[in-house]
Amino acid sequence: MSDIALTPSAGVTPIPLGEVLPWAIFGGLIMLLAIYFIGAEEGAMSLFSGMYVHEFVHDGRHLLGFPCH
Amino acid sequence: MTRDLLIRGMIVGVIAGLLAFGFARVFGEPQVDHAIAFEEKMSQAAGAAAEPELVARATQAGIGLFTGIVVYSAALGGLFSLVFAFVHGRVSSLSPRSTAALLALAGFVAIVLVPCIKYPMNPPAVGSPDTIGARTELFFVMLVVSLGALAAAVGLAKRLYAQHGAWNATLMAGAAYVVFIALVQYSLPAINEVPEQFSPTVLWNFRVASLGIHVIVWTTLGLLFGALAERVLAGQRPRYRLHAAR
Repeated sequence: MSDIALTPSAGVTPIPLGEVLPWAIFGGLIMLLAIYFIGAEEGAMSLFSGMYVHEFVHDGRHLLGFPCH
Repeated sequence: MTRDLLIRGMIVGVIAGLLAFGFARVFGEPQVDHAIAFEEKMSQAAGAAAEPELVARATQAGIGLFTGIVVYSAALGGLFSLVFAFVHGRVSSLSPRSTAALLALAGFVAIVLVPCIKYPMNPPAVGSPDTIGARTELFFVMLVVSLGALAAAVGLAKRLYAQHGAWNATLMAGAAYVVFIALVQYSLPAINEVPEQFSPTVLWNFRVASLGIHVIVWTTLGLLFGALAERVLAGQRPRYRLHAAR
């Protein structure tokens, strides 16, 4: 007779870098672009001319703590 | 795997954003309104003509605020899940739930708390348009330095771990982080553009509301994403090996 024993497997297996990297680069770029538009577009610098983006997200920008006007 | 985590991170980000929007609407908007009323009173007193409204106040406080907070939060959730995917099993050998909770705490400290101690959130009417360039630059310098210092502190803790054990290694790296941040904040230029007659109560309430928004976002990310990640990763690998003992 043999007893069945549970042993924790050694450590936690990380997700392989090659699998994380493409998502990190592609996803990271898009996320940072989104944050840029909410946080800084038409403030310190502008990709578009005008103030519409700035005015539209105005309250969110202030309340999230980004420097504004 | 990363894809599954990324999708969940963004969904959790949207949920966090919805909660934060509700909070911002109730606790943040009244302060923004007070600040705008002050701004208008000041410009009237200076004899300036009223600024034309490009976007109506109701839009700014409604769909504008909603878009700002939810998009920001969804993007943050996505980034959070990507960092989690890298850190899990590599930097942290804790369970996914604990890793996510600790990562969120660290993210809140490095991204929100540390930068806002030096350059706090400001309501409308605070801050001159002429200095927006310099203020934005300093704010992002502070943010990047803070994140870099956090990464360095985690690296330091890992290096000290073998010799000093987890508790002491964490304390030592934490102390190094605090001292470094204190030196950086001491040497960066101060910005104070609060008008003299501006109500201190409005300023305080505005900053507390802003901090509350961030607390809601990061708490939701840490706890909810952790619970979802635990499920994703549990399906992937056996946590326990069955073997016969003699």
